[in-house]
Formats: sequence, structure tokens, C-alpha cells
Amino acid sequence: MDISAFVLFWAAIFTSNILLTNFLGMCSYLSVSREIESAMGLGLAVTFVLTVTSALNWVVYHYLLVPFGIVYLQYIIFIVVIAAFVQFLELLIERYTPALYYSLGIFLPLITVNCAILGVSLFMIIRNYSFIQSVAFGAGSGIGWLLAILMLAGVRRKLKEKLIPVGLRGAGISLIITGIMALGFIGFSGIVQVQ
Amino acid sequence: MTKKDIFVNAAFKENSVWRQILGICSALAVTNLMLNSLILGLGVIFTLALANFTISLIRNWTPRSIRMMVQTLIIASYVIIVDIFLKANIPEISKQLGPYVGLIITNCILMGRAEAFASQNKPLDSMIDGIGAGLGYTLVLLVISFIRELFGFGSIFGFKVLGDWWISWNIMVMAPSAFFLLAMLIWAINTYYYKAKA
Repeated sequence: MDISAFVLFWAAIFTSNILLTNFLGMCSYLSVSREIESAMGLGLAVTFVLTVTSALNWVVYHYLLVPFGIVYLQYIIFIVVIAAFVQFLELLIERYTPALYYSLGIFLPLITVNCAILGVSLFMIIRNYSFIQSVAFGAGSGIGWLLAILMLAGVRRKLKEKLIPVGLRGAGISLIITGIMALGFIGFSGIVQVQ
Repeated sequence: MTKKDIFVNAAFKENSVWRQILGICSALAVTNLMLNSLILGLGVIFTLALANFTISLIRNWTPRSIRMMVQTLIIASYVIIVDIFLKANIPEISKQLGPYVGLIITNCILMGRAEAFASQNKPLDSMIDGIGAGLGYTLVLLVISFIRELFGFGSIFGFKVLGDWWISWNIMVMAPSAFFLLAMLIWAINTYYYKAKA
């Protein structure tokens, strides 16, 4: 892989958006997109955790799992690294910035089971990215996710006073909006291709 | 509740995908081909049944504060078995599914069933609940992938059913169609199965 990290960063945001083209992180995307503030909070937390855990998991994979020949344990190790980091972050934020803890704290436990975090770690292994590429890919994916959830939260706020068929309310209409956003993002796909 | 009630409840009445909107990440990602959907569905049934069984077995000895971690590790162990099995026996499909096999771990259905059912019920009941929920999930995958593969490639399970006159709809292979189809499915089920009133 010889794509520059810079290109990869933009590609992760636009052309291969983690949510709109790879469908990762849907659960919390649909459930936390009612308010713009909470969407922003969760999005920022996901971006931060994604960037750091993709770096951590890259180091763990290449300097621990490969030399010891226990690559088949990668799923367990990755999820433990992610959970441990999130726990550590929670303690740190609670200790030093209580204000941030009250606005962001409730989202942190949600992040461990956000498929986008584990997904990015697995993608970077499968696609054989270098360390710099992995961090750029992680950060870009996080920002792409933040962008998607913010857009949905913005649209959903307007939808509150609209007449929507009962069966379509909630998840149904959110999925249709997401589909339209994904259609829009296909427009970017000619710029650069990473697969 | 009888065993049959548990099964029907998990598979249809409280179906994870259309009722609780869980686990749709992978429901959307692998559904452009029916074969991939079936394989992933079977993987989920296997993991869900055994993970539910194990979690239920040790539910009385698991400290509440670390139960999430314990559940995740149990689930991850079974997913590794599925992954190794797929890599050894059907390497091409394993390659196509890529990270989505590993992502069964963070599939919300597994945590959802573990929390909602397995941590409070007997092992055998939990296993039936797991099989039911897994089948309900596989059903949704197959319905969506049937439509996507038929219109996108003109085939079912890889066999051409629509002749050469058929012009494939590229949109069905791409991401947005999955969102639209799942939304339609949820809409239809809400209207006809749960009789949502206007």
C-alpha cells in the first residue's frame, strides 16, 4: 500500500466513509442522533478513541501478536485494548475535567461496543496499512462518522414537526435519510479510491 | 413461557433487527450477495446460541460490575472459532466477508440478548432464545440480499435467473440501496405485522 496518509485521511472522511459506505457504527448512530449536542459529544468521543486505539492496536498487532504468533487472538486482544482505553479515558476525564465528564461521560461506555472502533482496527490490518496510514485512517474515519451523525441529527431536528407515516417514524425515516446521504457521498467516489 | 414461546418471541415478535433496530451494521454490509448473507447469518446463529448458553451458565458467578467484559470475552472466543472455521473451509467467502466476521463481536444483537435474556434465564432457554434471535436476523439478511442480488446481478445464490436481457441495477450493489430496503422492510412490518395506526 503506497497511498499517502494525507490522501487516506480525506478518503476515510468522504469517499469511503465508515458509516455511509461501510455501515459501521449504525446502532449508536441511530439512537443518539435525536439532539445535535449529544450527537456532537458522541462524535468527538468516537473520533478521539478511534485515533488513539488504531495507533495502539497497530503497535500491539505488529510488536506483540505477530512476533509471538498469536494473530488468531486478534479479536480478543483488540476488544480488550479498546475497552481498557475507554475505561482509562473515563477515569481520566472524571478526575481532571468533571464538566467534560458530565457532558461526555455517558457516551463513553457506548463506544466500546461501537462497531466502527473495532472495524477500523480490523480494516487497517486487512489492508496492511503502515503506522502513519493507520492513524490517518482512524482519525479520518472518526471525523467521517462525526460528520454523518451531525448531519442526521440536524435533519431529524427539522423532522420533528413533519407528518411522517406512523410505521416509518424513528428508525425507518432515519435509514431513508441515511440512504439519501449515502447517495450524495457516492458523488465523491471518483476523487480517490481506497479498497 | 414454553420453549416454543421463547423461540417465536426471539425470532419474530421481538426480532432484533426490525423491532429493536440492533445489529444492522452487518445486516447492511454483507447483503449484496445471498451466499455471504447466509454464511454470516449461520455464524451469528452459532455464536449467539453458544454465547447465550455460556453466559447463562455462569450468570450466578459473574460479578455485576465486570459482566459486560466477561460477556464480550465469551462472545469473542466463539467468534474466533467461527473465523478460523471459515478461513479453513471456505477461504474465498471468508475473504469477501473480511472484517465483518470479526465484527460479530460488536454486533449489538449479541450484547442485547446476553443482557436482556441470558443473564436472567436458564442455559437451555437462553440457547433457544439465541437460536431464535439468530434465525430472525438471518431471515432479514436473506430478504434484503435476495432483492439486492436479484436486481443488482440478476442472480440468486450466484445462479443466473434473469437472462441476458436483464440490465443490472448498479444502485442495488452500492450502499444506499441497503439503507432504503431496510427502511422499507421496517415500514412494511410495522404497518402489517404490528398494525401501527396512523
